[in-house]
Amino acid sequence: MDQLVNTLLGILTSVSILVLISIGLAVIFGMMKIINFAHGTFLMLGAFFTVTAVRAGLDFWPAAVIATLAMGVVGLIVERLLIRHLYGRLEATMLATFGLALILEQVAVLIWGTSSTGISAPLSNFRVGRFSFSEYEVSLIAIAALLLLLAYLVFTRTRFGIMARATTQNPEMASALGINARGINMGTFAFGAALAGAGGAALAPITAVSPSMGAGYIANAFMTVVVGGPAVVTGTSLSAGLLGSVQRLVSEKTSLVLGALSVLVLAIVILRLMPEGISGRLRRTL
Amino acid sequence: MHDSRSTINRRTRWASALTALTVIALALGLTACGGSSGGGSASDGGSEGGEIVVGSLLDTTGPLNIYGKEMTNATQMAIDDINANGGVLGEKLKLDAFDTQSDDTKYTQYANQLALQDHPAVVMGGITSASREAIRPIFDRNKILYFYNEQYEGGVCDANTFNTGVVPSQQLAALIPWAIENVGPKLYVVAAEYNYGEISADWVKKYAEENGGTVVGTEFVPLESSDFSSVISHLQTTKPDAVVSLLVGGEHIPFYRTFNATGLNSEMKIVSPTFGLGNEQVVLPANESKEITVAYPYIESLENPVNKKFVQEYKKRFGANAYVTDSAVTVWNGWHLWAEAVEKAGSTDREAVIDALQEGEGISFDSPSGKVTMDPGSHHVTQDISIAKTNDKHGFTVISTKEDVPPSYEDEVCDLVKDPSTNQQFTP
Repeated sequence: MDQLVNTLLGILTSVSILVLISIGLAVIFGMMKIINFAHGTFLMLGAFFTVTAVRAGLDFWPAAVIATLAMGVVGLIVERLLIRHLYGRLEATMLATFGLALILEQVAVLIWGTSSTGISAPLSNFRVGRFSFSEYEVSLIAIAALLLLLAYLVFTRTRFGIMARATTQNPEMASALGINARGINMGTFAFGAALAGAGGAALAPITAVSPSMGAGYIANAFMTVVVGGPAVVTGTSLSAGLLGSVQRLVSEKTSLVLGALSVLVLAIVILRLMPEGISGRLRRTL
Repeated sequence: MHDSRSTINRRTRWASALTALTVIALALGLTACGGSSGGGSASDGGSEGGEIVVGSLLDTTGPLNIYGKEMTNATQMAIDDINANGGVLGEKLKLDAFDTQSDDTKYTQYANQLALQDHPAVVMGGITSASREAIRPIFDRNKILYFYNEQYEGGVCDANTFNTGVVPSQQLAALIPWAIENVGPKLYVVAAEYNYGEISADWVKKYAEENGGTVVGTEFVPLESSDFSSVISHLQTTKPDAVVSLLVGGEHIPFYRTFNATGLNSEMKIVSPTFGLGNEQVVLPANESKEITVAYPYIESLENPVNKKFVQEYKKRFGANAYVTDSAVTVWNGWHLWAEAVEKAGSTDREAVIDALQEGEGISFDSPSGKVTMDPGSHHVTQDISIAKTNDKHGFTVISTKEDVPPSYEDEVCDLVKDPSTNQQFTP
């Protein structure tokens, strides 16, 4: 019984971490068809903003909210200065965001130095039979679900979200109907960046926060998004669910290395069978 | 009949699969680029008039800089100290230092540059054993004297290489029996996955068996992994008394954090031959590094006049918050042992310096960690070993000290005075 709880919570936590690191990327990729190579540094900045706010005396939760909003502002600035000049040019945006990643990482080195820092996990721990669990790591499951729900609600229930989807599906028609495509794009990018910030903030208590930390997550984030396909919410949850469970189960039964390897193999197999990703065949835009 | 439609379909399907995989590959490539930063200082050649060029290769950026930062500080301090005391053979040292950026390919690149352009009298550096094994052959081949100044898994036997770091037959030989006696006989090893972790895990097993303990599980964690959830789960199923952490680098610090957040610290204790080398106890809040036991030749709180002066100087120079690591003192020892050997040899010539280091009882130096002596046969040092525990002030408190501990395994398997052509790494 306690073993079952341990395995289930373990799987859910691994899945949640994949959702947290990829949801921001998924929004920007799914809604704007931009491959954001600076996503790893967005996660890193979210984590550093949180650490800085906590060091300044704030509790973790308000610090995480501030970090999320701050990353939204960073996203807004990046879109205005860089991305908006490059819409429709996939390679150009890839190069530009790659360059941006290098610049932001160095800026982070200048501000926070190269050493790893971090903050203690808030909350305590609880026991089930032989196992004890960190309450914070379990709460990551709720945070991930909340972010997915937020993305879903924003794109289905708000005027902005519906206009954003219209712009994605048919930009000319949307513009012809009086939707301000530029404003919408700016909002979507900022929203994606804010979600990345939230992911980074959520990671801050469980990882080593350093300017290079994005590198450790970006590969998994891209894998989740590419395997997930174009539908932001459905794709991300299905693909994180699949990859996260396999990774966790394999590392639990064998070793961490084989766990990481199994995800790569699985991603290759899925993409061979479903080149558009899991959600590519579902007739869904979200 | 050839069905052209299905071929095209298959082809486009492959093409989009390839596009998707390319994106992943690029993302992985970005991973490899992570942590990159500006290169080191380059000088364009040779020993200059009245100056002796010496080289240093250390990671001052990237995840390994938790070690490299203090080691770089100690390098500067050692060079300045030697120069302030008249240099060697009346000439000043000129340091050619490179930041290897936690990247083994940078190590080989800069080692080759040093060997082919700058021709230094000696090169000191390398932090991980992987980096040491990347550059050691380069200096062998180019006949440039090489010092490796860092704690490691032991056993390197190479006439051109001198090792000032503590080895398992000093460190684990003290720590593992301590853990079995004071914590319990069931040990679980969590190790970094590369040569250091793998070989050291074998050493832990050997010392555990010799001292009536058992290793109930061993797990290897890639250097770039920060995900310890399955390790924590394995610890909960096997319920060891002590966890032997052979973890390395900034990416592994979250282990201690997760261990604490899960509440495991009330059920088992951590002992480690690597914790603290990267000042993990400074980075972590005191409650997350509670009751971790380590063994090193050098602990900042050692009471001796040489150390008192050293710590004072170090903090004056690098700030009151700097905590002096064992690795920093190991680097300091390396430079001073070499300088004494050069004085004794009367020349910076490689052969002459090696001869001086191999003569008689070996060269000794009064280090902040106590007396250190380079054993002529094994090219490893005899030194004091202290067992210490983390305290609530982000430092360590010494529990006990054993003086003049020889590198017994290296002394046993390696005699370069008798057989200078040996060039291999012995493992248990």
